Amino acid sequence: MKCSKFLTELNDFLDGSLDSKLKAELSEHLTWCHNCYVVCNTTKKTIEIYRENQVYELPDTLRTKLHDAIVAKCKASKPPNET
Amino acid sequence: MGTIQTNVTGDTSEELALVQAAKGGDITAFEQLIKKYDRNVFRIAQHITQNREDAEDVVQDAFLKAYQNLKQFQGNSKFYTWLVRIAVNEALMKLRKRKTSKTVSMDEDVETEDGSVPREVADWSPNPEQLFRQAELSDILAKTIQGLPTGFRTVFVLRDVEGLSTEETAETLGLSVPAVKSRLLRARLQLRERLNRYFKKKKNGGGDQQQ
Ligand SMILES: [Zn+2]
Repeated sequence: MKCSKFLTELNDFLDGSLDSKLKAELSEHLTWCHNCYVVCNTTKKTIEIYRENQVYELPDTLRTKLHDAIVAKCKASKPPNET
Repeated sequence: MGTIQTNVTGDTSEELALVQAAKGGDITAFEQLIKKYDRNVFRIAQHITQNREDAEDVVQDAFLKAYQNLKQFQGNSKFYTWLVRIAVNEALMKLRKRKTSKTVSMDEDVETEDGSVPREVADWSPNPEQLFRQAELSDILAKTIQGLPTGFRTVFVLRDVEGLSTEETAETLGLSVPAVKSRLLRARLQLRERLNRYFKKKKNGGGDQQQ
């Protein structure tokens, strides 16, 4: 397997959605290709970092403010079954 | 090497009961749906619009639209996916209003060589997060993802941050599954490349930030 082929399959490899034969071929590639190993490893880490460190948290005060505004707008609008 | 687990936001029968009640005009039931998903909608809106005020508007407009159009929700998809689709559309509209000079489209053509192998292959320190304080890290992550084209950014946020499946992401954005996959790969690789300069192992050791 070539590195370019490895890269096109990287998504499905990381998402665990490859069939076992292809998965084995990719794993084998990783045992000797340091570049792809690092790319795979750091790409996985990239996803994890974004998932674990939410960039935009909703502060409680803003949350309450938005919540009240939405409810007021909903009350002012017709109920869904009448529109 | 393990695979990445997706945080699935599944429908429970409890949730469907809330949707049914809200359809009949029960605002208290709808409030519970707001509480369940407002954080997700806010994040998505902020990621797409890159503007706090716009994101606040998007959250309000998306939930109001969802409420008014609840009858359209037939339960063929998850309520969450349906809601996200409304929120993404609202957010893209906001973005278009702001960036009148630049066209914002999910179909924007961003050429990159799909099969090329990234050149920079320095490994990262074992715990890159620990090199930075939480606030610094959030800042780095926000700045880095802001640099991606809207189409890439949106696919990455829905798929990898909010945990939608590839199929749900495609449905939400009106893209084909192969288009989502190709954007996701490019988004992941571009983010990796950009984070490299913060996280790569330093030759002389130490956690000082370069550049
Ligand atoms: Zn390789």
